[in-house]
Order: sequence, then structure tokens, then C-alpha cells
Amino acid sequence: MSNSAIITMVLVQVLVTIITAYFFFKVLNTPARPEPDSYSENDDRDGE
Amino acid sequence: MSNMHESWGTRVGLILAMAGNAVGLGNFLRFPVQAINNGGGAFIIPYIVCFLLMGIPLLWIEWSMGRYGGRFGNHSTPFILDNMTKKRLWKYFGVFGIFTNVAVAAYYCYIESWTLSYVFHSIGQTFSGLSQTEVARFFTNYTDINTSISGIPFEAVIAYILCLSLNVYILSKGLSGGVEKAAKIGMPLLLLFGAFLAIRGVTLGNTGSCDDCDSSLGLNFLWEPQFDSLSNPKVWLAAAGQIFFTLSVGMGTIHCYAAYVKKKDDIALNSMTAGWMNGFVEIVLGASIVIPIAVGYLGLDWVKENAGFSMAFQTMPYLFQQWGPALATIGGVMWFGLLFFAGITSSLAMGTPWMGFMRDEFNWSRNKSAWTFGALVLAMGLPTVLFYNEGVFGEYDYWAGTVSLVIFALAECILFAWIFGINKGWQELNAGADIRIPIIFKPVIKYVTPLLILIVFLASLITPKNNDWQNAFKNKWELDASSIIGQIQNKGVEVNKEYFADYFESGVSGTVGSIDRIDQRSIVRLVNENNRQIAAYRFSDNKEIIVRPGDAVIKGQKLATGNFINNVFFTDMSRLLLLLLFGFICYLVYRATIRREKTGRN
Repeated sequence: MSNSAIITMVLVQVLVTIITAYFFFKVLNTPARPEPDSYSENDDRDGE
Repeated sequence: MSNMHESWGTRVGLILAMAGNAVGLGNFLRFPVQAINNGGGAFIIPYIVCFLLMGIPLLWIEWSMGRYGGRFGNHSTPFILDNMTKKRLWKYFGVFGIFTNVAVAAYYCYIESWTLSYVFHSIGQTFSGLSQTEVARFFTNYTDINTSISGIPFEAVIAYILCLSLNVYILSKGLSGGVEKAAKIGMPLLLLFGAFLAIRGVTLGNTGSCDDCDSSLGLNFLWEPQFDSLSNPKVWLAAAGQIFFTLSVGMGTIHCYAAYVKKKDDIALNSMTAGWMNGFVEIVLGASIVIPIAVGYLGLDWVKENAGFSMAFQTMPYLFQQWGPALATIGGVMWFGLLFFAGITSSLAMGTPWMGFMRDEFNWSRNKSAWTFGALVLAMGLPTVLFYNEGVFGEYDYWAGTVSLVIFALAECILFAWIFGINKGWQELNAGADIRIPIIFKPVIKYVTPLLILIVFLASLITPKNNDWQNAFKNKWELDASSIIGQIQNKGVEVNKEYFADYFESGVSGTVGSIDRIDQRSIVRLVNENNRQIAAYRFSDNKEIIVRPGDAVIKGQKLATGNFINNVFFTDMSRLLLLLLFGFICYLVYRATIRREKTGRN
């Protein structure tokens, strides 16, 4: 592979991976809103 | 209203379902081929620009419209659009958001059924010991339903019905109990299988199968920047087109999923996460599987000439055989399993707009709406299964899976930014947002995104001959057969123009290379001056072949006599079927409107 091809591939793939991971991490670490929210799986637990 | 009881189980489940909706076969098959055909590494620049200026704004528009509509009890596009304007005709644009899904599901489930069948054929080692030609012929025979390939008569039809039934069953379990569960199982497995195959593709190296059989050459071709191609409008149009298909925008599925999100919950971060996850699967995994593995065993020249959708089924099983029996089975199961999960998470999304509409407007139960979706898809889909080789599949893909997306995306963009109003729209998008959206996107949504979609639409409408834009601007503008107008005029049909004929004409000029007997059919192969096959026509026993090996044949010359139904008949009938489906959904929307007026619901 030429240097420019390697640089393009690594740069783009690493950048896309980091951005995806950043958003997913942010979703996982954002506190849930108070009930009633849009999601049903935490309903019973929150109701207790 | 029974639909109000539906909800997502978890936020991650919603994101995985949305990502699953976007991730489809195109991520693994269409993206690398588009990149190869449009400048390799340079394609990624227009692709990312289009993603930022068209893809992300469209995602935000659709999520916002969906959540806004859901607040008024609307879970499908006709009345989501109706909610946003006083002009009552807009809801008929929303018909696209149901029509597209039914029509696309009709042929998409067929591809999905191929992947399912190929998983079982990989486990059963059906492809073991077959040559590349034999693997390719296996697929041809599979789609020619008259030929039994595994002893199971009509295997393609049975697999299609099984696959559709599985979709309907999951849909009947509801959002959190069906669709979300499938996404939570399917997406992680897809990522796992994809990662395994991508690592294998990138590390394959030189296999020694031919002089240029080196996977790094494939990666080099895919990623070597060619900046001169950036000035070519064709590359930009291809990138914009790829963004449309890959994100599943313009379909109505995102609206439907987002309609179950409450106002105070985030959509801005959710949509970015799902959208970038799709980008990850496409750019990181999709670009590292088919092309490098194919180049590793067949060489770069072969891939340049043959890169296309069919490689997934006609080439990959042969390539996996080069890894030895055990790895070939694992590779086959992972590859077709990955495509199956990519397919089913998308086809499930296609079922939800119909279900949402019937439940909202006619109070249908979840089961009833799921099974009627299955029946409608079966009725629309059987022609694509039975007449796949006659071009029905391609017609559905073009009109429902391509043109309709652009029309609907343009309409929703104008509605959101100009009629509903960008200020209200921006407020809706930011309500409950867990991220701060840069203000620059406000003018982008209002001006740039609709303009880009308009350009894509006009360019598709009047594509110049051979996609040569520079020549078209300088000289006479002649339409290409692939343009929308060219398609309507059947410009691509140059021979066998009648519906019914008692002869069959050759579509190319060449020499009859051979006439072979395979699977109870006669195959007339035409070759060029280099003895390379340029066309192959299959004739059943009740046709009389009137050429002999060695005969020179010109385009339009008769090859055989008998009773023929030409492909143009099937393509025109497919268009008629699609129009009937669109009319039928318009009628349902009209009935729903009357029902709403009677009950005082607006």
C-alpha cells in the first residue's frame, strides 16, 4: 500500500471509530430523565 | 388508541434499532463498489461532506418530525406530515413513507432469504469443491426457480416465505418485545462477524493465487486519494446517493421509530449515535471485507471489471473455500449471517410504518396489522421472486428503493424548513437534547440540504448519456437510459421491444461462441473478437435456436423462435403494480381522513 493510501485509511477509520465511540459513550453516561420517559424497561424499578 | 401502548424498552435498544434500520446490505456491498468506481480514497471526501450537509440534517429532520407527530398520536408519515401544516394535501406526500417500505420490503426480504439460505448451504458445505463458475451458476439456478439446486423444489420461494414469516412474527411481538430484541441480538453479532471478516480481509496479504492477488492492493485502490476526481459531478452525485441509501432516509421508518419518543427525551444525540454507528459499519467494516478478500484471490483487474452486488453471492462462497473446509464454513456463516442480520433489522423497520398507520387510523391489533403487512408484502414480492431474471426486482429497486426516497426526502425537507418553519423545527430538534447542536446547522437545514437533494433529484431526472456531465454541458444534452426520464421512456430497451413475440433478438453484436446444454436449457454464448463472453441467453426446450456456433451476430438479429414474453412486459407490469400499491395507500389515507372528520380527531 502507498503511504497516502495508508494515511487516508487509518485517518478516516480511526476518526469514524472515535466519533462513534464518543457518541455511544455519551448515551451510556447521560443520566436517565425522570419518569414518565420514553422507555419502558425502567418503569417498574422507578415506580418502587 | 392501541398504538399508544407501544414503547421502546431502553434508549440503547432504540439506538440499536435505528442503527439496524440504517445498516443494510448496502453498507457491505454498495459502499465499496461506489468508492472503487468513483476515485477510491477521494470518494470519501464527497461522502463525508454529503454526510454532514445532507445525511445528518435529514436524520435530525426525520427524528424531529417523528417525535412531533407522535405527540399527537401519529406513528406514520401521512398524518405526521399532516400535523405540521394546514394544507391537507401534504399527507399524500406522506404516502411515500408507507409505500416505499411495503415495496422495498417486497424485494428486500428476497435478498434476506438468499442470505438465510446461504447460511445453511455454508453449514452444509454445499460450495465445497465448486469452481468459481459453478458457485456463480449456483446463484443463477437459485434465482431461476424452475431449477432445483438442493433437491428442495422451489427453494427460493420457500425460503422467501419463511423469511417473510419470521419478519411478521417478530413484528407481531411489538416494538420492545420484537423489533428491539432482534436489534439487540442482531447488531452485536453483526459487529462481531464484521470485525472477524474485516481483520481477515486486511491481514490476508499476498495469497499467491495470481500475480496481483494481494489484499493490500485492493485496500490501496480503495483508499489511494485521487483528488482530480473531486471536480467530477458524477463522484459527488454518487456520494450523495450513497448517503441516502446508507442512512435509510426518505423512507418513513425513522419517523415511525421516533414517534414513540416523548418530547422531553433526547433525539439529537440519539440520531447522531445511530448515524455514526452506521458510518462505522460502512467505512470501517464494509470497506475491509469484500474488496480486499476478492482482490486477495482473484486480483485487482478482475475486481475492477466485476465489482458489484452479485459478488456477495456469486464470488464470496468460492473465496471462503480457499481458507480450507472449517474456516470456509465459519467464513460463510459469518458473512451470510452478517448480511442476514443487516437485512432483517432493516426489513423489520419497513414493517412498522404500515403497522403504525393501521393501528392509529383503523384501531387494528398488533397481530392483525403485522400479518396484513406480511400478506401485502407477499402479494407485491412474489413477482420479484418468480420473475427475478425478467427484471421485476430491478424495477422495484429503482422506483421504490431509489426515486421515491429522493422525492420524499425533498418534500419533507421543504415542509420542515419552509412550511412548518425552521424556527419551530429547530426548537423541536433541540427540545430535550443531550448535545448542543452547532447553530450553523440551522441555515444548512434551511438552504443547503434541500438544495443538495434538489440537485440529486434533477441530476437523476436528466442524467446525461454515459454520465458524462462535462460533455453534456458543452455539447448536446442527450439523456442516458438510466435517467428517470430515460427509464420512463424505456430508452434502455433497444431490442425485444414488444410485450409478446415469436422470436428473440440479440442485445449485443458478436460471434456465437458455443451453444451448451445445462440444466435442461440451451445456453447461447456470444463472444467478442478476444473470445471473451459478452452475453449468454438461456432458452427452454420449446424454443428453436436458429444460430450455430461460429455465426456472426449483430445487435437485433434473431437468435431463436418460439413464443416469448419479453422483459419489457414484466417491467411495465411491475410499474403498474407499484402504481396500484401507491393508489391503494392513497385510498387508505383518504378513508382515514374521512374517519378522522367523523370522529372529530385532527
